[in-house]
Amino acid sequence: MKPIVTMTFPVSIQNLKKSYAAVPAVQNVSIQVQKGEIYGLIGPDGAGKTTIIRILVSLLDADGGEVLFMGRNVSQNVRYVRSNIGYMPQRFSLYRDLSVRQNLRFFGDLFHVPRHIQEQRLKALYDFSKLGPFQNRLAGALSGGMKQKLALSCMLMHEPDVIVLDEPTFGVDPVSRAEFWDILKMLASNGKCLLVSTAYMDEAYLCHRIGLLDKGRLLAQNKPQVLIERFDFPLYRIRSEQPHKIYTQLKATYFEKHIQLFGDGVYFIDRDKSGSAAIRRRLADLNITYDKFEPVKPTLENLFLELMI
Amino acid sequence: MNPVLPTIIKKEFIHIWRDPQTLVIILLMPLMMLILYGYAITLEMKQIRTAVVDLDKTPQSREFIEKIISTGFFHVTRVDVPYRQIEDIFFRSQARCVIVIPDNFAEKLAGDSSTPVQLVVDASDPNAANFINNYMARINVGFNLQHGAGNGGIFSVEARLLYNPDLLSAYFFVPGLVAVIILLSSALLTSIAIVREIEFGTMEQILVSPVRPNQIIIGKIVPYLVLSFLDGVLILFFAHLWFHVPVYGSLLLLGFSLFVYILTGLCFGVLISTVARSQQVAMMAVMVITILPSFMLSGFIFPVRSMPHILREISVIVPATHFLRIIRGIMLKGTGIFQLLPELGILTAFSILLIAISIRKFHTKLE
Repeated sequence: MKPIVTMTFPVSIQNLKKSYAAVPAVQNVSIQVQKGEIYGLIGPDGAGKTTIIRILVSLLDADGGEVLFMGRNVSQNVRYVRSNIGYMPQRFSLYRDLSVRQNLRFFGDLFHVPRHIQEQRLKALYDFSKLGPFQNRLAGALSGGMKQKLALSCMLMHEPDVIVLDEPTFGVDPVSRAEFWDILKMLASNGKCLLVSTAYMDEAYLCHRIGLLDKGRLLAQNKPQVLIERFDFPLYRIRSEQPHKIYTQLKATYFEKHIQLFGDGVYFIDRDKSGSAAIRRRLADLNITYDKFEPVKPTLENLFLELMI
Repeated sequence: MNPVLPTIIKKEFIHIWRDPQTLVIILLMPLMMLILYGYAITLEMKQIRTAVVDLDKTPQSREFIEKIISTGFFHVTRVDVPYRQIEDIFFRSQARCVIVIPDNFAEKLAGDSSTPVQLVVDASDPNAANFINNYMARINVGFNLQHGAGNGGIFSVEARLLYNPDLLSAYFFVPGLVAVIILLSSALLTSIAIVREIEFGTMEQILVSPVRPNQIIIGKIVPYLVLSFLDGVLILFFAHLWFHVPVYGSLLLLGFSLFVYILTGLCFGVLISTVARSQQVAMMAVMVITILPSFMLSGFIFPVRSMPHILREISVIVPATHFLRIIRGIMLKGTGIFQLLPELGILTAFSILLIAISIRKFHTKLE
């Protein structure tokens, strides 16, 4: 059975374990990514996203479990992995004092891409990244969004089939983020296999499948729409200008496990299915004032917070 | 040839070129050091503060004093100090030596018997005391010859000083300084090369590629080899023109030895860079490990042969020890390549060993 699995999944992680000193960073995580798929590792800082990614690209050794890249064991095929995978680290890791073009050529040479092919790829990469006009600018002088596009382009110089990106849009403006995700979607539609980590929940919807990661554990994984359906309690939003105040008030009560704090209000999970009228009555009993009480559809964030408990 | 290596070398050259400030510091700092230390470190003594007690007060004794002053070594600060105050003069550092001419100086000079002149030296600085003693002895010989004395002696030693007849300490120290400065500056250059990429995060990116540790390490050394060699030539040129250190041997051999020595320094720096955790740590480590042994144990100031056994053994692993022999040999004596083969061989062996350890120690993982 195993060979079939590994043939279908260019990336296959089974029961991965990793600790730093005695602190567990990743616990029994299993992830498989298909060709043409964008798999999103979603989780807050410290969830273990970077650790999983670094183990996959052979930069860290796993303590347990099996990590396969193109059907080969990563720890036993370090050179093969490094020569064929496309990896974009979380930190901007290109040479700031090299120009856009020099960086691209450097990575082309590093991966033994013949010069004439490099020229062709440069053209194609300039096309979709729109970096062409800036090819002589130093990488350090680019804007955040352009830096990330350059890093992605450098990684694509050797046309890897598996692309691993660690929080590629971290700190990038919304417009550039959208552009960046358009490129990722295009790559997936060309049959590439993408593993992307992000702390932005809105980006989770752009993935084909996601894994919700917290404290080194995979809480759930599936298509984003399917995952949301797992949230089967009625959800209400208590709108307020000061959601934090309401949250603190409710936290001290029986409702502690029923509420989630968001910027636009406090979300109330009706676990007991008592209905909106009953909840509003109880809020009135607690002397809580709010602007509006309304039923809402759950989002991934609601689900994530629910699963984290 | 592997196409990756030229690419890395080219990339390093671009880094150097894009940072002209650092380039200027790289080229000028060693030169500044040479000038500063070149003047500071000297064992030559001039204008030694001297007190003269002339108990004779004859034309002959005055002639003797004239003779002493005219050499330029002695600068008479006190005259006719009472005998009891001599120690007080030393305590106050008013003079380093006192010359006492006895009252029967002229009489004895005319006679057959020997003529004693007392020289009292403050030997709290033994090196200085030695020099004073030697200078005085030379003046005495000259004075004796003039006065027809000395033919009473059975034999006389006629020293012929080869390679540095004027005993200029610059001849001795400047090549030593060159050795220390070149080692320090070349090791400093590469010491930050690898740790810098780790700090900037660029190492994480290039590690996930087919690149091999030896390519990264050699790729880092080559550009700095060129740069350091130019710097070394500049320093030697300056030592020759400014401090007038001669070059009797082959320039080609000097250049070749410089190349070998710089390579050792760069390889040492790379090794530090592969084990250091930060750029600051790397630079500090290089300074401590290169400067001190190069000054103390290489024979730069203290001759290796007069060291205790254990220190002599340690001096063998100080690269400056070997380069000092080479550079003093070539510059001052005109030593040829065959006499220097052992030293060149040791330095080459150091380089190979250091590179091998660096490649093995190079972290290909992040932990």
